[in-house]
Amino acid sequence: MDPLIIHDHYEIDYRHSYAEDSPFFVGLSKGKLLGSRCTACGYTYATPRSHCMGCGAPTAWHEMPLTGRVHTYTTCHYGGEAFLKETPFTLILVEFDGADTLFLSRLKGVEPDAVRIGMPVVARFAKTPAFKVTDVWFEPGE
Amino acid sequence: MRPVYVISGGITKFAKAHPDKDFRLMVKEAYDYALRDVPKFSKDMIAGAVGSYFSDHFTRQLKAASMAQDYLGLCPKPSKRIEGGGATGGLCFQSAWEAVASGRMNCCVAFGFETMSRVNTWKGNEFIALASDTNFDFPVGGFYTGYYAMMVRRHMHEFGTTVEQMAMVSVKNHMNALYNPYAQKAKRLTIKQVRESPMVATPLTMEDICTMSDGAAVCILASEEVAAKVCNRPVKITGVGSGSDAMRMADRPHGKVILLPHERESDYAHLKYPGVHSFRGGRMAAKLAYQMAGIRNPIQELSFVELHDAYTSSEIQTYEDLGLCKYGEGGKFVESGVPFMPGVDYGLELPKQGRLPVNPSGGLLACGHPVGATGLMQAVFAFWQLQSTIKKHLGNDKLQLKKPTRGLIHSHAGTGTYITVSILEAV
Repeated sequence: MDPLIIHDHYEIDYRHSYAEDSPFFVGLSKGKLLGSRCTACGYTYATPRSHCMGCGAPTAWHEMPLTGRVHTYTTCHYGGEAFLKETPFTLILVEFDGADTLFLSRLKGVEPDAVRIGMPVVARFAKTPAFKVTDVWFEPGE
Repeated sequence: MRPVYVISGGITKFAKAHPDKDFRLMVKEAYDYALRDVPKFSKDMIAGAVGSYFSDHFTRQLKAASMAQDYLGLCPKPSKRIEGGGATGGLCFQSAWEAVASGRMNCCVAFGFETMSRVNTWKGNEFIALASDTNFDFPVGGFYTGYYAMMVRRHMHEFGTTVEQMAMVSVKNHMNALYNPYAQKAKRLTIKQVRESPMVATPLTMEDICTMSDGAAVCILASEEVAAKVCNRPVKITGVGSGSDAMRMADRPHGKVILLPHERESDYAHLKYPGVHSFRGGRMAAKLAYQMAGIRNPIQELSFVELHDAYTSSEIQTYEDLGLCKYGEGGKFVESGVPFMPGVDYGLELPKQGRLPVNPSGGLLACGHPVGATGLMQAVFAFWQLQSTIKKHLGNDKLQLKKPTRGLIHSHAGTGTYITVSILEAV
């Protein structure tokens, strides 16, 4: 007998707290990019992290510059189902002066073939925040 | 810790879908194959089991390993599930090793499976991407191929690695698999065909990336006493190591290289490590496994490697993490022909062909990657290779190396968040 195959739908709404990372998302709504700086060793993360990975001490919020450089990049022609309709899109890791780590974001307003490592980029913010990390993206800068 | 041996193994055919078999039956097939291979072994000797599968999303069944445990008739013996992303199978293997090495069990079954065919490929990619930070990485366009594409773009920038070198990995692994009937996607390819296949995330094409699979694999691990009683050619596990790294690639440090015994600090005077071009967790896993196995120079002391080539790029990156060549030389390493099989015509100029074959089985690129089974599949191939029983199990001996003494298996999760390295030796 051929196997019997049925279709089964599954959907969930989550109540999701950003908890200690909440100020980062509020920051985006105010046009600020908040990283974290260790209060003990001074290591500076370009992402929220309330305790230092190196020494374990608490970090303080640290306002990042809104300009940086492309550390690496890719243009995705396929993606997870949630993002398929947005393809092709370009992902970059941004490096900033004064930060020890990078930041993952989208690069917009540039042809994929024109993206280069080291390219200056500038942060742009959504006018109407969705309180998601996609409230910020980057465009080519000076 | 006491010595631990692999005494048997089994694999199901990896395939895009097995709608005629659920995960329990797939595991049972691999398990029965393993039992048939050691006729003197009896089920009473099994003290317990460790089950592995990656995703509850794919399986749509929590505690699925319990269902495999009862299907195998192993209740009420001890059991647990291991999950660690892409390294799930490798972690399962090491968990079974721990059970026997510690003396808790004289014999432990490691079984793993994945049923990825239950959703379409792009939904599957979305599930896999949920194994990246869901606050900061996933929403930006969560897609593992995109993450690996960014890593290799940086590798190319730092070291001059080329897309043609990456394509050579694809040619090698797909062609090795022509001789492996368990593989899902064996084929003859050229560098040109790899580059001309559809672009997925620049610079990675369809043929640079492994596929989703349904499949299962089983390994039986035992103490020296049990192994001597039931198995003519057991294989000894002489080294076990694992490592980890930060979930968000963006958070990785740019510091100093973790050195292996044959390397010097001056080799890497200007390299900022691991950044996003290398896997620090893989290097840590290799260092620990080599230390335990007494390996000083892996390129000279290993007979073959089965490593986690989810991407052609990650195979090149992993050569370096494992110290098969220096950091930055992975592209040249594949070009030299060292990781190719001897005696296979790849249609390429390979001056040092076959010195240290990597992924004789065809790896994930060609075998497929049913996540929970993958690391165990590597262990089974390594076991057969070291037993010199490839012909018996694959029906041909094209992939059988001549008198291999020591093999390395490597299992890898996320963007390098959990990595295992285990060393197996012929006795």
